[in-house]
Amino acid sequence: MTSEATKTTGTAAANAKAQPKKMYGRTKARVQKGLVYAAAVITFAVLLFLIAYILINGIPHLKPSLFEWTYNSDNVSMMPAIITTVEMTLLALVIAVPLGLFTAIYLNEYAKRGNKLVNVIRITTETLSGIPSIVYGLFGMLFFVTQLHWGYSLLAGGMTLAIMILPLIMRTAEEALMAVPDTFREGSFGLGAGRLRTVFRIVLPSAMPGILSGIILAIGRIVGETAALIFTAGTMAQIPGLLQSGRTLAIHMYVLSGEGLHMNEAYATAVVLLAVVLLMNALSALVAKKLTKK
Amino acid sequence: MNESALKQRSGWKNLRENIMHGVFFVCALASILAVALICVFLFANGLPAMKEIGFLNFLSGTTWRPGNDIYGILPMIVGSIYITAGAIVIGVPIGLLTAIFMAFYCPKRIYGILKPCTELLAGIPSIVYGFFGMVVIAPVVLDVAKACGANISSGATILSASILLGIMILPTIIGVSEAALRAVPNSYYEGAVAMGATHERAVFSVMLPAAKSGVLAGIVLGIGRAIGETMAVIMVAGNQPRLTASLLDGIRTMTANIVIEMGYATGLHREALIATGVVLFVFILLINLCFSVLKRRKDA
Repeated sequence: MTSEATKTTGTAAANAKAQPKKMYGRTKARVQKGLVYAAAVITFAVLLFLIAYILINGIPHLKPSLFEWTYNSDNVSMMPAIITTVEMTLLALVIAVPLGLFTAIYLNEYAKRGNKLVNVIRITTETLSGIPSIVYGLFGMLFFVTQLHWGYSLLAGGMTLAIMILPLIMRTAEEALMAVPDTFREGSFGLGAGRLRTVFRIVLPSAMPGILSGIILAIGRIVGETAALIFTAGTMAQIPGLLQSGRTLAIHMYVLSGEGLHMNEAYATAVVLLAVVLLMNALSALVAKKLTKK
Repeated sequence: MNESALKQRSGWKNLRENIMHGVFFVCALASILAVALICVFLFANGLPAMKEIGFLNFLSGTTWRPGNDIYGILPMIVGSIYITAGAIVIGVPIGLLTAIFMAFYCPKRIYGILKPCTELLAGIPSIVYGFFGMVVIAPVVLDVAKACGANISSGATILSASILLGIMILPTIIGVSEAALRAVPNSYYEGAVAMGATHERAVFSVMLPAAKSGVLAGIVLGIGRAIGETMAVIMVAGNQPRLTASLLDGIRTMTANIVIEMGYATGLHREALIATGVVLFVFILLINLCFSVLKRRKDA
């Protein structure tokens, strides 16, 4: 690392010598500085513009009629989609949170260092987090919908999403567990508590903020997900039972904007989606802040 | 408490410990099981179609016409690569320079606002990005192209998709690159400045090269995001399954191919779509492999 760095500074120095005048170097520095600031301005201007554009165009279309209980072709109410989104989120969390959390506990509290299995688990988690949502969607369709004969259903969609958010929950939980000082565990063992008691009474409570902020991020991903749900949960606009098809808000928006007949309602849905995402991000940051304060 | 009761109690305790140890262990196997199931089901459903169509015909065929049972996905592979490359060209310079800004230029007070903003950028659903691309980017591209004399009728083009994806991969590139830049020991910077380098030279000639493999890892991760992106691309890329060299033509990606036709596909057509997913999956696995190699090298 060090030799690499000195080598590059060496070539940089050689470049500097090759440059005819000192002025050139100063201009170059100015250009670099200008580029850095310009890029930062572009990045955050795009973000601001996107949010402002959606809010300005969408808020006027947020009419009470869009929150009526039933959906029909005259009034494309988003209420069924909102309830489906809540159901879907709860279902995915109920499956993924215990799995992810317990995996993190196993990796961090139980597994011995250098355990081969731990490596395999880490590699598979990394793989999972890199798989795009459409591939999850395909798998969910092949396995849950077709192989297990669940059909397009809340359950199939929820299971697919659960696998999708598993790596996120696991990683954040593991980081939170790792941040708990070992002295906490030693103190607990010293007082005669077993491993299980130490984990549940001492380690988990102090890791809670980190775990929670991971779960909140996962909620954000579930709410915004489309590609993994189209062929697992389907696109029916109704309030679904466990084995019935339902569309979440994101899919609702996709269908509306695809039809092109209800653009105003699509804008309104985008506002609701953005609001949820903003709220989740703020919540997650708040919880994480609590963690660092301690 | 007498001795036997005590023994019994510790026996219970041991049993409970062991049971929960087992539970944790089984849960830990879930991710392995998930990856195995995904591989098995994708390959088992996709490979037979590839065999039936002919492996080479499928991968290098330039015509996709399911009505005539002609399945060549080369246009889609090229489409995915085309749009991903465009996203990299647009997203990497902006993202990397923004990461440099965040790590070396940003005042602390502003940083507290901007950092959550990059996380927000990552949290915005792709469907909202896609919608934004459809109602803002595509019309602007259309207007500008027409003003420049191009003869096109729709703004849903490779260029629009590249711009949109370039924006979408920004948070990935910024996040990973910033972390890599911050991981470079401060003494490098101090050394450079002590030798008379300006802030710019110290950052661009010392810190940036030292963070090279971390930055590369970020770019690779961005490539993975871009190639796997589905909904946003569908809404701005035009989705014509054809080979084209013009930035102002529409094109279809592998991801779009799956979503657009899966709804009504049956038989071999459906299997060919799953096979498209398999090809995409293999691409992603290769990209992941690159990413972890780069990451290991950074850690080492």
